[in-house]
Amino acid sequence: MAEGPKLTIADEKMQFEFTPRLRRKIFTTLAFGLVLLLAGIGLEAAGVFAGGHGAEEHALLGGGGDAHGHYHWTKRLWANLWLCCVYFTGIALAGVFFVSVNYVAWAGWSALIKRVPEAFGGFLPITFVLMLILFFVAGHDLFHWTHEGITDPKHPNYDAIIASKAAYLNVPFFLGRTIVYFGLWYLLFAYFRKLSKKEDQVSDYRAYLENPTTYNRRVYFSAVFLVVFAVTTSMAAWDWVMSIDTHWFSTMFGWYNFASWFVAGMATITLAVIYLKESGYLKLVNQHHLHDLGKFMFAFSIFWTYIWFSQFLLIYYAHIPEETFYWEPRLFGHYREVFFLNLFVNFTFPFLALMTKESKRTTIFLKIAAIAILIGHYLDFYMMIMPGTVGDNAGFFLLEFGTLSIFIAVFIFMVARGLAQLPLIPKNDPYLKESIYFTQF
Amino acid sequence: MAHSKEPKKFLVGIFDDEDVLIPAVKKLRASGVKIHEVYTPYPVHDLDVYLGYKRSRLSKAAFIFGATGTLLAILMQSFMLGFSWPMNIGGKDHLAYPDFVPVTFELTVLLAALGMVATFLISNNLGPGKQALMFDPRSTDDKFVMAIELEKNHQFTQMQIEELLLQHGVSEKPKEKEV
Repeated sequence: MAEGPKLTIADEKMQFEFTPRLRRKIFTTLAFGLVLLLAGIGLEAAGVFAGGHGAEEHALLGGGGDAHGHYHWTKRLWANLWLCCVYFTGIALAGVFFVSVNYVAWAGWSALIKRVPEAFGGFLPITFVLMLILFFVAGHDLFHWTHEGITDPKHPNYDAIIASKAAYLNVPFFLGRTIVYFGLWYLLFAYFRKLSKKEDQVSDYRAYLENPTTYNRRVYFSAVFLVVFAVTTSMAAWDWVMSIDTHWFSTMFGWYNFASWFVAGMATITLAVIYLKESGYLKLVNQHHLHDLGKFMFAFSIFWTYIWFSQFLLIYYAHIPEETFYWEPRLFGHYREVFFLNLFVNFTFPFLALMTKESKRTTIFLKIAAIAILIGHYLDFYMMIMPGTVGDNAGFFLLEFGTLSIFIAVFIFMVARGLAQLPLIPKNDPYLKESIYFTQF
Repeated sequence: MAHSKEPKKFLVGIFDDEDVLIPAVKKLRASGVKIHEVYTPYPVHDLDVYLGYKRSRLSKAAFIFGATGTLLAILMQSFMLGFSWPMNIGGKDHLAYPDFVPVTFELTVLLAALGMVATFLISNNLGPGKQALMFDPRSTDDKFVMAIELEKNHQFTQMQIEELLLQHGVSEKPKEKEV
């Protein structure tokens, strides 16, 4: 520990370049995704997969599933798009959240990497627009509560349970909330970027260390963001995910979605940092920083399991039909395999793979664990969204892989674009030196 | 460390500074001196590496304690709720294992923690009525205390080791201590 790092800040590439090579890779992924998606749509439209599910499914799922009407393959497309929107919004937001937590905690170790998660927020406008469009195009396919006459006692669609929730679950309020969430998130994110830019322009570093006004302002607004984040993500989880199964509710749901988003966000941050390091950036980031990222993935995988199990156990223990019907298709129906796979990939695997200190410091272990976590939490959201929308018609094929590839490509594109806009290393950060010399054992 | 009946002779070197201690540890070990133990007022990172310690078996002990707790908890609950006093809870099976998870988890943690504390006390000869092994009480304040067992360093005379210690920056004359 007496020895300092062999590299200095002079060895570091300060600016991330969005190279044509990376651009080509992204567009190849995008094209691949589009081909898969179009092939999926073509095959579905031609009726290749049309089976005789209809009636049987109706009986099985009762209140939860396909009580909305007949299944049409487009439903699966909308549900997939919605799923990816929710998942990737959460990952993008988790990046901004992570940086904010580090600011509020006055964390020193993360100064070198904080521009990476910060850039995630640039993806938010994409899902915002897409979600609004999806809601107008496919709101009825996704949300039972948007159906006509559902609150009107004289209408054949009348549903007393949903009618009692209409004060919260109605179209104008829902849209207003979604706009407010994204508005607040994006405003704060844009302000953070502005502050980062301002900090980079500081000319007298010594004087800035004495009185880091920009940094202090960032800490203040990060605290504001955390409060906004806590409230809005909980509500977004109810709105976007829980309201799909309109009859059902869980008071754990906001936490549960947060846990899923955050651990997926940490996995993405880790992958991004490792990618940048392997392409010659972030040379000063060493095993000590990776160790901390690994700890976050490890800890929050366990946290997710804790929340998941707390939600499951209460419902299992109480055994009230109003609540247990939610688990019926998941635990005993079409989703049984995914249900157990979900637990394995999100808990058992990261728990064992990231248990030792060495594995948290080894890039290959981190990469495998991060990819597993990302797949796992996609499955987690799949488990939340699919049973209530497409019921037994869900599966993994062209539509799913296509949408996922497209979202991955667009996400990487937006993040890379954001990274290229500002220097990769916050050269005037008061904690930069602490981050460079950061060691842990 | 258990006490044997025959007292052992140690040479005790006192260091003032961590940055003097670590090079001294490296050089003494390089010249072939076997260091019994170094007592520090706070944890010094990587000192165990420089002293050439093998990986502690504590984690294995912890696993065994924890596994005992898991097993005990499952057996206890299965016996109580499955056989001794079966109750109908929400119409589920008497052996409803998801229900057992919280208690199983807690007992695992409890036994692992208690077992580790016990292991710590035993291996350090601490506890009620025990006399802790202490070469110099100032190691709990601000001194770094190195103990070298003379019997295990036959190739050196006591003078030679003393000289080596003085060369590598002990802050006072090394003293002899029988334990």
